[in-house]
Amino acid sequence: MNLHEYQAKALLSDYGVAVPAGLLLTTSSDKTVVEEHLPESQPGRWVVKAQVHSGARGKAGGVRLAEGVSAVQEAAHAMLGTRLVTHQSGPDGLPVEAVLVEPAAAIARECYLALTVDRELERAVMIASSQGGMDIETVARTSPESIRRCVINPTVGLAAYQARDLAFSLGLEGTQIKAFVTMALNLYRAFVERDAALIEINPLAVLDDGNLSVVDAKVALDDNAGYRQPEWWARRDVNQEDPAERKAIEHGLNYVSLDGNIACMVNGAGLAMATMDLIKHAGGSPANFLDVGGGTSAEKVTAAFKLILENARVDAILVNIFGGIVRCDLIAEGIIEAAREVSLEVPTVVRLAGTNAEQGRRMLAQSGLQLTAEDDLASAARAVVALAEKHGEAAKA
Amino acid sequence: MSILVDDDTRVICQGFTGKQGTFHSEQALAYGTRMVGGVTPGKGGQTHLGLPVFDTVAAAVRQTGAQASMIYVPAPFAADSILEAAAAGIEVIACITEGIPVLEMLKVKAVLAQDYPDVSLIGPNCPGLITPNGCKIGIMPGAIHQKGCVGIVSRSGTLTYEAVAQTTAAGLGQSTCVGIGGDPIGGLDFVDCLARFADDPQTELVLMVGEIGGGAEEAAAEFIRQGYPKPVVAYIAGATAPADKRMGHAGAVIAGGQGTAAAKCQALSEAGVHVVDSPAELGVTAARVLAQTTEGASSS
Repeated sequence: MNLHEYQAKALLSDYGVAVPAGLLLTTSSDKTVVEEHLPESQPGRWVVKAQVHSGARGKAGGVRLAEGVSAVQEAAHAMLGTRLVTHQSGPDGLPVEAVLVEPAAAIARECYLALTVDRELERAVMIASSQGGMDIETVARTSPESIRRCVINPTVGLAAYQARDLAFSLGLEGTQIKAFVTMALNLYRAFVERDAALIEINPLAVLDDGNLSVVDAKVALDDNAGYRQPEWWARRDVNQEDPAERKAIEHGLNYVSLDGNIACMVNGAGLAMATMDLIKHAGGSPANFLDVGGGTSAEKVTAAFKLILENARVDAILVNIFGGIVRCDLIAEGIIEAAREVSLEVPTVVRLAGTNAEQGRRMLAQSGLQLTAEDDLASAARAVVALAEKHGEAAKA
Repeated sequence: MSILVDDDTRVICQGFTGKQGTFHSEQALAYGTRMVGGVTPGKGGQTHLGLPVFDTVAAAVRQTGAQASMIYVPAPFAADSILEAAAAGIEVIACITEGIPVLEMLKVKAVLAQDYPDVSLIGPNCPGLITPNGCKIGIMPGAIHQKGCVGIVSRSGTLTYEAVAQTTAAGLGQSTCVGIGGDPIGGLDFVDCLARFADDPQTELVLMVGEIGGGAEEAAAEFIRQGYPKPVVAYIAGATAPADKRMGHAGAVIAGGQGTAAAKCQALSEAGVHVVDSPAELGVTAARVLAQTTEGASSS
């Protein structure tokens, strides 16, 4: 689960990490909020930042510099209620329902600091770079020598010497060293106690006055740990998520929207990815990833059909079920029920394999529905691609 | 022969009396697995499915000589169950449970490496493992398997069944199938399983089913490149998956441009692995490669 910048900063602040004093404005805030907190008499420059789950906000116009309070009002007004399209957000963009106003800091230089889990090392790692303000993948390509990593033993936690080593690698000096070490240890505590998957401070700024400042912060929490972080999961902003993906979660389905025209419904994540690959291999383009679960049920199949059919681009559907513990005749029953319930008009290919597959295919054939039953993976993919082309052309004509 | 488990392996179930534990223990027993009991704290002394229930894994091991355990305990308690099994001397631990927090698994892996280096952990978030006609520890359908010569190692569940069904249809059968799981931090990886299959006389070919995310397939490629005694056929799922999106499995995500199917396929191809680009070709490719290997051996 991703947090907004303002939420991430609140989380870090809970752990003693100093963050800029910010003011959050939402679509429902009225003008007086700004006037109260940013007095007109106080001259100054502010940064107004759109709160969306995406990086690269600056380039997309989601971070604006405002000189004076009325400029803050204008910038907030211009962004709130709109959708911000970044190169990570997709063409529809993300809704801007809140903006964070912070005093513009006088930045001397920008560094990078992050905590994440390294899958290969099976350890948490803290990563620092003296090159901040751009994404770390770019830094890894252009100046890998600026990146320093320390590997954290889970039984000991981040050791002070490791934090000092990172501080020196960033070129910090004097009182900055101690401030950095304290910050790093607090970040690690937040990482562990809040089950974070990622904490990224980019940039971590060295200000003109020598102080360190968390200019932007990104925090993602481990999806598996939601049960023990109820306070933070309650703050999940579902409006930042794809509506279809959100609905899928409510039904215990795993769904990812893609931009093709052939929908698929599969039991098991690996087989679902393989089914997308097969569609591509046969010359088609998948409209989604959809895993109904290894041991699925008729109810889930019905919910999955409904979800798929909400996508107007879908020209054909491929259902691919490998019946193991779940018998194919039961799945066939579910498919028939669902097809009737949603009055299925999109051409659909059903591939059933495994336990009682033949019985399931017979039931589909006798149902009187427009279902093509297949037993082989490759021929099912070819069939659905052909049907999609025909349906797409008919729709155009 | 086989790897990890065979028809002599004495198996217990942790989370034995729960819904999942009960169902899959029944299935394991029906398959002929040598199950000797189960563990549910607080229910020790009872009998379930005709087998003794123990309060602790240590008691189960003491009284039944159990060597392997399958874990169906809910996610919040599963990491603890793995540690309990390891401490009690269980050699093969298959954790089927999905949804264990990553930071819990980091601690589990650190403890296993330090204190129980000989334990083989399978999973979590996996279908388990099976040696056909001998021992089924997990949620896979037993009936699609057939004793034979292909060793299968996979990060997926139903996609593994696909590979199994294809090798059965091709008349090859399987020595042992290991579902290593879809989480970013797990137990045995491809390299661990490849090493065991290399030493197993029954295994003539290894079939690897990988997916996007992480670097386990690349590590396997490097391991094979240094000299592997048996042919390997591989398929990597997710060539069409978009970047930065989690595809069902917690570990299946292309992050920062790393972990793409293309990079994995290339690394494996360069190591001499027969990489198939369609999951429908796993069985036929395995059969073709084996026939070529046998031909090559008999003509030389």
